[in-house]
Amino acid sequence: MIEVKDIYFTYPTGVEALKGVSLNIGDGEFVAVMGQNGAGKTTLVKHFNGLLKSAKGVVLVDGVCTRDVSVAKLARKVGFVFQNPDHQLFSETVEEEIAFALRNFGFDQATIEKRVTWALNLLDLTEYRKTSPFMLSGGERKRVALASVLAWDPSVVILDEPTIGQDHRQKENLRQFIVQLNGQGKTVVVVTHDVEFVAECNPRVVLMTAGKVVADGEAKKILTDTNLALTASIVPPQITQIFLGLKDLGLPSDVIDVSESKKILLDYLGAAKH
Amino acid sequence: MSVFEGFRFRHVTSLIHRLDPRVKFLYVLAMFVVAIIFTEFLPLVVLFFLQIPFVIVAGVKREWLRSLRGAVFLVTMIFVFNFVFGYFYHTYPTGAALLEYSLAMALRFLVLVESFSVFFLTTSPDHLSLALEQSHVPYEFTFAFTTAVRFVPVLAEEAQTIMDAQKARGLELERGNFLKRVRNYIPILIPLIVSAIRRSLELAEAMESRAWGATKKRTNLYVLKMRLGDVVLIVLSIILIVVGVYVHYYVSIPPLSRFLPPLSF
Amino acid sequence: MAIIETNALTYMYPGGTKPSIRDVSLSIEKGKFVILTGPSGCGKTTLCRCFNGLIPHFYGGDLKGELQVVGLKVDEHPIYEMAKQVGLVFQNPENQLFALSVEKDVAFGLENLGMQRDEMKERVDWALQMTGIDELRDRAPHELSGGQQQRVAIASVLAMQPEIMIFDEPTSFLDPLGAQKIFEVINELKNKLGITVILVEHRLDLASKYADQVIIMDEGKIVLDGEPREIFNSETAWLLGVGVPKAVRLWNVLQENGLVLKGVPVSSEEATRFLREVLKR
Repeated sequence: MIEVKDIYFTYPTGVEALKGVSLNIGDGEFVAVMGQNGAGKTTLVKHFNGLLKSAKGVVLVDGVCTRDVSVAKLARKVGFVFQNPDHQLFSETVEEEIAFALRNFGFDQATIEKRVTWALNLLDLTEYRKTSPFMLSGGERKRVALASVLAWDPSVVILDEPTIGQDHRQKENLRQFIVQLNGQGKTVVVVTHDVEFVAECNPRVVLMTAGKVVADGEAKKILTDTNLALTASIVPPQITQIFLGLKDLGLPSDVIDVSESKKILLDYLGAAKH
Repeated sequence: MSVFEGFRFRHVTSLIHRLDPRVKFLYVLAMFVVAIIFTEFLPLVVLFFLQIPFVIVAGVKREWLRSLRGAVFLVTMIFVFNFVFGYFYHTYPTGAALLEYSLAMALRFLVLVESFSVFFLTTSPDHLSLALEQSHVPYEFTFAFTTAVRFVPVLAEEAQTIMDAQKARGLELERGNFLKRVRNYIPILIPLIVSAIRRSLELAEAMESRAWGATKKRTNLYVLKMRLGDVVLIVLSIILIVVGVYVHYYVSIPPLSRFLPPLSF
Repeated sequence: MAIIETNALTYMYPGGTKPSIRDVSLSIEKGKFVILTGPSGCGKTTLCRCFNGLIPHFYGGDLKGELQVVGLKVDEHPIYEMAKQVGLVFQNPENQLFALSVEKDVAFGLENLGMQRDEMKERVDWALQMTGIDELRDRAPHELSGGQQQRVAIASVLAMQPEIMIFDEPTSFLDPLGAQKIFEVINELKNKLGITVILVEHRLDLASKYADQVIIMDEGKIVLDGEPREIFNSETAWLLGVGVPKAVRLWNVLQENGLVLKGVPVSSEEATRFLREVLKR
């Protein structure tokens, strides 16, 4: 359970990245932190595992203030998958890479082996166990990075822009995987500007702009709000755009889903006939 | 690190900033030569104060002071070393002469730091590389120089990101004995190096795609032209050397002890 | 008139185990906007590198088959000659900018070509204006946002006035609004200057409306090549897992349920228009 109480953060360069942000994330929630590049999304989530500590305000993870604990200790509970897997990969084999964090956290050898096998299996990487991570393709390296974080079974998993550079199928697989993770009880926080991706999952959305949270609620409501879209400089999902253009015909505009659109349109036509 | 802070270029413009870097370098060389000529304290004091107007006109007082502050340690070391060495080897007739010599050596170093600092504080890397190019340094070198400077902030940020990523996997950089700490930097260095290699490959692709190597006679968007200020500085530098040499050979410089109470030991 | 023509083009990177592109035969007309897409690893990036000579000159290896770009046989001309006709904008904006100011970066290619200063200045001004970044000319690349950096990269390629401009996933690192702006700039270049555009992209929902031709690759081969509306509607595109725009999906789903629209919409505006006609009846 993560509690953020009125935090402010300014980078040493002088950039004010967070200007008074408060929010709570409960156990098992699925949250998408959204907004333009530069809105403060990554800065915010870096406070969840203590990588950044705010000058004002407080961040509590399971009741413990992040200022009082080391990043390594917080990392045990809060896993962070960075945007670029190449910023993490350094080992000779995929196996070693996954075992790295487990060793840091002091797991015994037997547990490490079990966990590594489990993680390899989970991310479909078993055939690459003894391969060098540098020999793998971009998508495979992303999976290795993900596996190496999930290996220690953190209760919170943060993914920073996981869809960048991925093709459609990879995004689909990722989406299903994240939903599955969340289904297993993990708290999942995804930082993303990919509106279509979020539209498919319909999680809770925390929308940020210029260092502040401007909306916090259901994806459907937030992504279809044109005023918010303007304030936060985001582009609504394509389906929503289509329906926004048909507002004058009396159709609802809070639609983000293809199947829902089909139903609405067919109903409308059915009704028109009578 | 503050010694280096004093050398970093800032986005300011002043008369001094706009001078041709080649001319500024000539001035630094002149200062260097004259400073080396003298081992007496007084002329070096003159040289020290001679540069202050440049600092003020350039508006880089704060950074310049920082570079001097950073040099304090070395300056003190030079003084101590010369004094101790001279004392045990009886190189100087009187204690006062030894003191003056040691002070002069320390001050000479300071004068050199001062002039180099002014140079780097008032010369943008762009300007500098242009000067190098026009001085017929092969383009490969100046390009390597500017590209390196351009990527310094990028690499610094990347190093920070990598450290964060590994810290988030439980890596503790502050714990452990010396050997362990060094080993702990491997997960930081490897991604950094791999990333640098990848980056250079991408840069090379981009360079080739923008006609790198099309002709040996590469042109430049900018050109350095000597202006009045540059000519004035050249003249000043020459006068400096001439006066310096003259004073050294023909003028007897009073030792410091003339102005201080006698010291004997 | 075809400005790019290939026949049975096949290439394997040195040390590779299988060819990255196999038997690629395509034809691109002058002045068209072509989208090249396909799952990761399908060979689209490799194909782009063939068009400006990076393959075979920079990467080595053996390029088999025929390839003519702007009438030139790529393997017979060094990259710097191809660069005058074919510009390539890469995915990561940061790694395409070398200089310490935007202006100098835009001039980079022209300096390499040994252009005279006066002409260079004109070209630089022109390129900056065409990409809408004139006010950024004195800024350092590190101070710019990703979208701005990418526009600088485009300007620096544009300054060389190539006939063809290839964009390899230029919006990967940008947010949707930034991506939209880039596509608009690219489209303007095509419309105003008649530049042939090849855009490698996954974000088809934003880019499709500009395309005259869509080429889909998979495992090194061309699987589909034709008019956007036909391509997106095909079964193969769906099966490959290509990111067909949602508007097309909606059209498809409606068609299955007996609701037929005037045509296949490739943008939200088109979809709205087609739907409006049907709903107003």
